[in-house]
Amino acid sequence: MSQTKAQAKQPVNIINWILDHAMIIIIILMAIYVEIQRPQFFGVASLVNIISLTAARLPMALGVAGCIILAGTDLSGGRVAGLTAFIAAILLQKAGVSTRFIADGSPWFVPFVILLVMAVGACVGCLNGFCMGKFKLHPFIVTLATQLITYGVYLTVSNSKQISSLDPSYTTSFVTKPLFKIGTTSVPVYVLLAVILVCLMWVVWNKTTFGKNMFAVGSNEEAARVSGVNVLLTIMCVFMMAGALYGYTGFIEGARIGTSSPSLGLNYETDAISAVVIGGVSFVGGTGKISGVLLGVFMMQLIMSGMTFLGISGNVTYIIKGAVILVACILDMRKYRTKK
Amino acid sequence: MDKETVLLRMEDINKSFPGVKALDNAQLTLRAGTVHALMGENGAGKSTLMKCLFGIYSKDSGHIYLEGKEVNFKSSREALDNGVAMVHQELNQALKRNVMDNIWLGRYPQMKGMPLVSEKQMYADTMKVFNELDVHVDPKMVMSKMPVSQRQMVEIAKAVSFNSKVIVLDEPTSSLTEQEVEHLFRIINMLRDRGCGIIYISHKMDEILRISDDVTIMRDGQYIATKPAAELTKAEIIRLMVGREMTNQFPPKLQTASDEDILRAEHITAQYSQLNDVSFTLKKGEILGVAGLDASGRTELLENIFGAATRKSGKLYKDGREIYNKTPKEAIKNGFALLTEERRATGIFGILNIRENTVIASLKKYQKGILLQDKQMAKSTNDMVQAMSIKTPSQKTQIRSLSGGNQQKVIFGRWILTNPDILLLDEPTRGIDVGAKYEIYQLIQNLAKAGKSVIMVSSEMPELLGVCSRILVMSGGRLAGEVDADNTSQEEIMTLAAKYV
Repeated sequence: MSQTKAQAKQPVNIINWILDHAMIIIIILMAIYVEIQRPQFFGVASLVNIISLTAARLPMALGVAGCIILAGTDLSGGRVAGLTAFIAAILLQKAGVSTRFIADGSPWFVPFVILLVMAVGACVGCLNGFCMGKFKLHPFIVTLATQLITYGVYLTVSNSKQISSLDPSYTTSFVTKPLFKIGTTSVPVYVLLAVILVCLMWVVWNKTTFGKNMFAVGSNEEAARVSGVNVLLTIMCVFMMAGALYGYTGFIEGARIGTSSPSLGLNYETDAISAVVIGGVSFVGGTGKISGVLLGVFMMQLIMSGMTFLGISGNVTYIIKGAVILVACILDMRKYRTKK
Repeated sequence: MDKETVLLRMEDINKSFPGVKALDNAQLTLRAGTVHALMGENGAGKSTLMKCLFGIYSKDSGHIYLEGKEVNFKSSREALDNGVAMVHQELNQALKRNVMDNIWLGRYPQMKGMPLVSEKQMYADTMKVFNELDVHVDPKMVMSKMPVSQRQMVEIAKAVSFNSKVIVLDEPTSSLTEQEVEHLFRIINMLRDRGCGIIYISHKMDEILRISDDVTIMRDGQYIATKPAAELTKAEIIRLMVGREMTNQFPPKLQTASDEDILRAEHITAQYSQLNDVSFTLKKGEILGVAGLDASGRTELLENIFGAATRKSGKLYKDGREIYNKTPKEAIKNGFALLTEERRATGIFGILNIRENTVIASLKKYQKGILLQDKQMAKSTNDMVQAMSIKTPSQKTQIRSLSGGNQQKVIFGRWILTNPDILLLDEPTRGIDVGAKYEIYQLIQNLAKAGKSVIMVSSEMPELLGVCSRILVMSGGRLAGEVDADNTSQEEIMTLAAKYV
């Protein structure tokens, strides 16, 4: 009944349109303000930098977005990335350096390491999805637990050591290798990888049975079940896919930063969740677009870089980040609130 | 196929939920190429029986034979794969997805040799089904953007698209317009001619008599009768549906109502539900019943009076003075109390104990400074436990471990402690066994005797007739009529309840 009514009184309302797009409007205004204050903000170097950082943050956001579409969440991402960055680092350390974590041996074949770290991430995701689907635990609790477990495993195995002296086959000849230059600023390989990943994920979300089942389960789990969808399997696959993407994030970050340390991955998951929410993937479940995730991560990066440009201290950054998330969620909930 | 071929036979199906026997040796025999109506009051077990067939509930005992072979579906998938489809009463749809995504959910067509869904195939298949059924809906429309009636047609098309032998339609016309109902009947006739067996659940007598070949009637989870529709009349169906004995189920009625009006409601219309232009008066000390089918606006009426739902227009007068009741808090202040329909979901605080559940609505009374006085609360709770003979080991027992009847008494106690003038009771005896029901009726009468006024919503007509003085009958969000409980019949109420559906 309320639906038909809502339709009836929907002549394009300017206020509603502004509220529906408020997040993007606010961020664009912020960007313009930064540009006015610091004119280099829209310069090539700055923009390429923002795009590169967006590319680095995208994989994790794409992973966690799936979990949010299921009306869940995933807190394990950052620590999984930390663990896999460590794994990639010890397997791809230069041969013969004195600080080598695995005393003898040479760097592994890089593609093999990528697959390995993604598999490690998928294992964590598998555990997450299984506990959620089978024991009906809340995703917050499950992934909080696996976050701690993953971090603990990493600290124990690594003995909290930093791993550096990474092999060029991993870093400068692969992940951070300049693809081409715009002016004097080079675009690294991982940007291309992110582009490929976005295309791949778009196909998975929109064109595969798995993707459609994911949206259906997030929109109405019972409907999916009575239509014969294997709900447990769908949940597990979504979290495994997310885990694999966290693993991949760790691989990229290890090379990008050049060192694996216990702080790598800290707060990555909250940044990813914030970006995804800004991009319109709703915690209500069942809605979200790849383009939204892309936009969300980009917008988030725009805010971060903008504040760096303005010389705003890291402390204030937290306040602004938090406010942005709050506003984004309030605006989002407008669409779903049913009135009584 | 021969019309005498038995397609589906359900024998001696039993199913219990905690505290309730939902199905008690239920039976159903469906012949091929026929429409079989399943009838009964709310809670008679029709939907439960179908959910047992469809694998949503697992039956406790009994046998189901599909084309002579015994089956026991463990999941909906299994039922669908074996040619049994169901249109659920509560539409189970992924509202944020589009039409075709919903229709082919669980069986998306694949592109040849690739792990991708063929949207083209899906669109073509959807159009094929829609053309065959003469449904005009855009397959790419998002479900939530369509009116409920169209969503219902999509759901029906989905059931047909499975090419099932048995199709269950659970209240398929509840939100359809007259033309759409005609349309649905054409579809049903087409399926019947193909040899499908259709189980049709509905409250609407005229529809049943028109469309069905056989009618099975259930009451209180039991099988009552199966008769050819041609031999039945509306009156006969109603008699079979409600025909239970009514001896000593209720305490003797007392004349508690005074002449003085305590509440007058004028043209109450809800903002977000279909409740429309309801006016009535309530006398001091009166027990006023509200009858109607599910979704007739009974609950919405109480919620609107109590301020739990937004009122669009209409006025409330208590003791001649206008009151607003914009929020439940204000309503409580004005002397109202609402006992909600879903006791488990919105009534009890399951893990809190009896005392906490009892005093929760009147904590202010027990406050001294910033602290609550335990002794006072214990005393009040004890008074309530005594007054209503609540059976509980102690005040420190978690309320969820009590029986439904005792839980309900605790909630009565909670509201009595707020000292209300007007109690709004929504299905006060739902899910409570017969003995405890009697005690609840007594309790309601005692409240009326003490000068409280009661508005009581119930799906059980005998209960309304046995307890109330007057009964308002709701239908389709409107007030269909008002009857005097002592000079009416269940048949009259049923007829009124069907007035605007």
